[in-house]
Amino acid sequence: MSEITKQSLNELIDNIKNKKLSSLEITKAFVERSEKSKKLNAYVTDNFSQALDNAKKFDEKPNFELKLPGIPIAVKDLFCTEGTRTTAGSKILNNFIPTYESTVTKNMWNEGAILLGKLNCDEFAMGSSNETSFFGNVQNPISENLVPGGSSGGSSSALAANLTPVTIGTDTGGSIRQPASFTGTVGLKPTYGSCSRYGIVAFASSLDQAGPMSTNVKDAALLLEVISSFDKKDSTSIDFKRNKYSSELTNNIKGLKIGIPNEYRVEGMPSEIEDLWKKGIDYAKECGAEIIDISLPHTKYALPTYYIVAPAEASSNLARYDGVKYGFRSEGENLIDMYEKTRSEGFGEEVKRRILIGTYVLSSGYYDAYYLKAQKVRQLIKKDFDDAYKKVDAILTPSTPSSAFKIGEKTNDPVSMYLNDIFTVPVNLAGLPGISIPAGLDKKGFPLGLQIIGKPFDEQSILNIAYSMEEKISYKNNLTDWWI
Amino acid sequence: MTLDLKTVKHISKLARISVDEEKANKLAGDLNSIFEFIEKLNELNTENVEPLTSVANTTLRFREDEVQSQNIREKILSNSPDNNEDFFVVPKVVE
Amino acid sequence: MDKDNQFIIERENNKYEVVIGLEVHAQVTSQSKLFSSSSTKFGSEPNTQVSLVDAAFPGMLPVINEFCVKQAIKTGIGLKAQINKKSVFDRKNYFYADLPQGYQISQYKYPIVGEGKVILDMPYGPKEVGIERLHLEQDAGKSIHDIDPNNTFVDLNRSGVALMEIVSKPDLRSPDEVNAYIKKLRSIMRYLGTCDGNMQEGSLRADVNVSVRKLGSKDFGTRCEIKNVNSIKFMQQAIVYEANRQIDLVEDGKEIDQETRLFDTKKNETRSMRSKEDAHDYRYFPDPDLLPLEVSDDYINQLKNEIPELPDEKKKRFIEKFELSSYEANILVSDIETSKYFEEVIKNSDVKLATNWITGELFAVLNEKNLEISESPVSSNNLSKLINLIKDGTISGKIAKTIFEEMINGDQDPQKIVEEKGLKQESDPKALEELIDKVIMNNTDKVEEYKSGKDKLFGFFVGQAMKESKGKGNPQLINKILKNKLNG
Repeated sequence: MSEITKQSLNELIDNIKNKKLSSLEITKAFVERSEKSKKLNAYVTDNFSQALDNAKKFDEKPNFELKLPGIPIAVKDLFCTEGTRTTAGSKILNNFIPTYESTVTKNMWNEGAILLGKLNCDEFAMGSSNETSFFGNVQNPISENLVPGGSSGGSSSALAANLTPVTIGTDTGGSIRQPASFTGTVGLKPTYGSCSRYGIVAFASSLDQAGPMSTNVKDAALLLEVISSFDKKDSTSIDFKRNKYSSELTNNIKGLKIGIPNEYRVEGMPSEIEDLWKKGIDYAKECGAEIIDISLPHTKYALPTYYIVAPAEASSNLARYDGVKYGFRSEGENLIDMYEKTRSEGFGEEVKRRILIGTYVLSSGYYDAYYLKAQKVRQLIKKDFDDAYKKVDAILTPSTPSSAFKIGEKTNDPVSMYLNDIFTVPVNLAGLPGISIPAGLDKKGFPLGLQIIGKPFDEQSILNIAYSMEEKISYKNNLTDWWI
Repeated sequence: MTLDLKTVKHISKLARISVDEEKANKLAGDLNSIFEFIEKLNELNTENVEPLTSVANTTLRFREDEVQSQNIREKILSNSPDNNEDFFVVPKVVE
Repeated sequence: MDKDNQFIIERENNKYEVVIGLEVHAQVTSQSKLFSSSSTKFGSEPNTQVSLVDAAFPGMLPVINEFCVKQAIKTGIGLKAQINKKSVFDRKNYFYADLPQGYQISQYKYPIVGEGKVILDMPYGPKEVGIERLHLEQDAGKSIHDIDPNNTFVDLNRSGVALMEIVSKPDLRSPDEVNAYIKKLRSIMRYLGTCDGNMQEGSLRADVNVSVRKLGSKDFGTRCEIKNVNSIKFMQQAIVYEANRQIDLVEDGKEIDQETRLFDTKKNETRSMRSKEDAHDYRYFPDPDLLPLEVSDDYINQLKNEIPELPDEKKKRFIEKFELSSYEANILVSDIETSKYFEEVIKNSDVKLATNWITGELFAVLNEKNLEISESPVSSNNLSKLINLIKDGTISGKIAKTIFEEMINGDQDPQKIVEEKGLKQESDPKALEELIDKVIMNNTDKVEEYKSGKDKLFGFFVGQAMKESKGKGNPQLINKILKNKLNG
């Protein structure tokens, strides 16, 4: 049996069920490795001692019928966890302890999983490098001083470094898929309405989705099966028939039509990415898929649209952080003074920038020119996909226009940072499912990912495509454990 | 378009985020570069396009009129910055 | 319209007319809040009816209460208004201590109810007031400023309670019309059971838009909005003050600023609420946590079937069927409880007597004791029994009043009072004849006088006979017998 922390989720579950490993042994292994990995700064809050207690409790009365029996899992610090501090990577929630549990995490605990800790992320999930977190940068285990992507950067780092067998993130414009791509891991953003948003600190309500992050496709399928549920507490949760994603997983994708959008060949994209994409197309063909050229003409407008819609919603969603009910408060002479100081000191620069963008695009006289315009373009972007899906079953693209960059490389240039999400953002705007799988390395030896975009509620097809391509690609991170 | 200092200060006021002169200048610069990139949308004619608010292609789901939440005052006030057992407390409101 | 009844403010050389529009905030009658499952009960301990959603905790989401939607649609039907099959919830963004989300969920561009109308019964005839729209929105919490000199205390019990904002067209022209309008709205909503209309508890408040213009002018003046006035009396006072203030400005050749004002009930004046510099920009946009609200024709028709007879229709029926005067009918229908009481009484008793007794004796008692008709000390059942006792001649009207006095103290059955106290009217001609003979015997001198032409003495004999019967003698019979005996 290989080292515990190197085992996949499915292997760990098998070993627990076959009583080769106990929940305590597994939990101990991940806790120990996590404690040795402080340098990565992946955790904001650990739950180690509680996790060990819970593992013991599980072992005393194990229930092997559960889907995640006694499996310790660390989650992005955007999910509210009852009794455990939840910060959203922000000073303004530095001391916030929820008295409630998000639906997604509750689904995990109901299936036997154990909370290992809360993982670092960009403040309110606004960022692509985890550099906007109040709790500091996160290191990419691939190489020192490399960003792990964002906003689920703590999640991707912890996952890639084997500090947690799987994890969950949230994806508003690429925050699961881009960090997965940067760390050689698998990340899936489900269809909007698939996973409940109840109890997840909101960034942009019409775009936010939680999703699984894992080291392989089969683990992602299982975790998605656990977290995706219809929830009456979320008015945008959709009641559709959810597959048994893991047991229905197949590598037989013969005859599936996969579209290649011409517009994703963007200017200045490194040739390695182009090459990787071509390789991916070849793999898909080898797996029996039919490759079809398609057009998504409004692709180039997706990012500008996103940078109106998301900040607009965020400016309103973040109005509740006002120092009155919870979280950080800066004393003020009067109410307005208190508000202004609290929000000025409590939010970081990127969050403030986006709140101001959002406030501006909604303000009187500019609403039609910006917000309404963006909503209309969003319609066009969605229609592009609707049209494409008349011809194909899924779409294959690169996940990101580049591999991971150095910490600090883009912090002074917001727009170049935003360009990172160019391939992932259209998927959120159209509410579609998308998965990023590791597909190879660039010249620097940094991982690159390929993205498979599906039809609404057809997570099964993109999982199947990813599963069959994963076999052909057979990618594996080569960790040096440089941080230990 | 260019966002001038006055506008930056005005929207900061609306968003209840205090900015000093230096910050406002820096923000004006950042926001202008972002808006320059956003302006790309103006190339598109969207005259007859319906705005899309939500991709969830369905309508609002109803809840029954039932009282389910009990008195959870303690929980509600447990994270409050001011320690008062009955109320949220804020500095005096001046109109 | 009769010019004499107009509310005109005169200055040296000019006559001014006041133009008023109201935005009424009516609390929807429901068990739980608009987007959360906490209770709407009034008067609970602070912050005990607050859910995680109401206090806007991170990640909390709104889920709409269907009953509130139905209530809004029913109210729309009661206002003879257009029901919109598709409406949208928007966020109205502003910061305030008692607004935990930092925005109010309201309906801006697409309200659930469109144009409608209300008919007012004014002394000078019916007056139609247009309804612009009705939309659903969340109430805010309560800021308490007077517990502590340095701090404001916030109670979120009301936060998230469903309100209907009913916006009238600028069709009102006087404080009297405002009074009639509010009362009519209140009456309709109480008939529908959609709002209890309790102004003391804040279930009904209004923002009052006031402008003035020279009499005869067709253009509207600049209007000012007086926020959150919570009684009809204050609305009327605020309108009078504000109209005069605006006229003063016009007379002085000054501009009227379009602004929001506050009515100071202690000083009886309005004053400007916010400086212009901090002018609100609410940044409305569709709430992305909620999807469009859609209802079908069937859904609306189903609700139409649930609508009870409303005051206007009831009044018409009372006049036609019972031959009541318009005045009487108005009194009986204006409040749903009164109309219910009336209709219960007349199930088994005479309409004319019931009308007189309810609008006369009963209202006098209720007024005196400051009671609602729902708290009446005399049940409709017992009042109808009393009326029947009068009608069938068991008791006289005079005795009935004595019995009614008794009934007030503990809603007693009038039949029992009659029996216990022996108040039954004496209608046996033989018995009456006997006591009348006695009266005649004891007053032979008066009999002589009467017979010699002093007709007025007839009353004296009736009185004596009544007295002899201890007030129980049937007056008609006494009259008849006396006449026979004295004239025979």
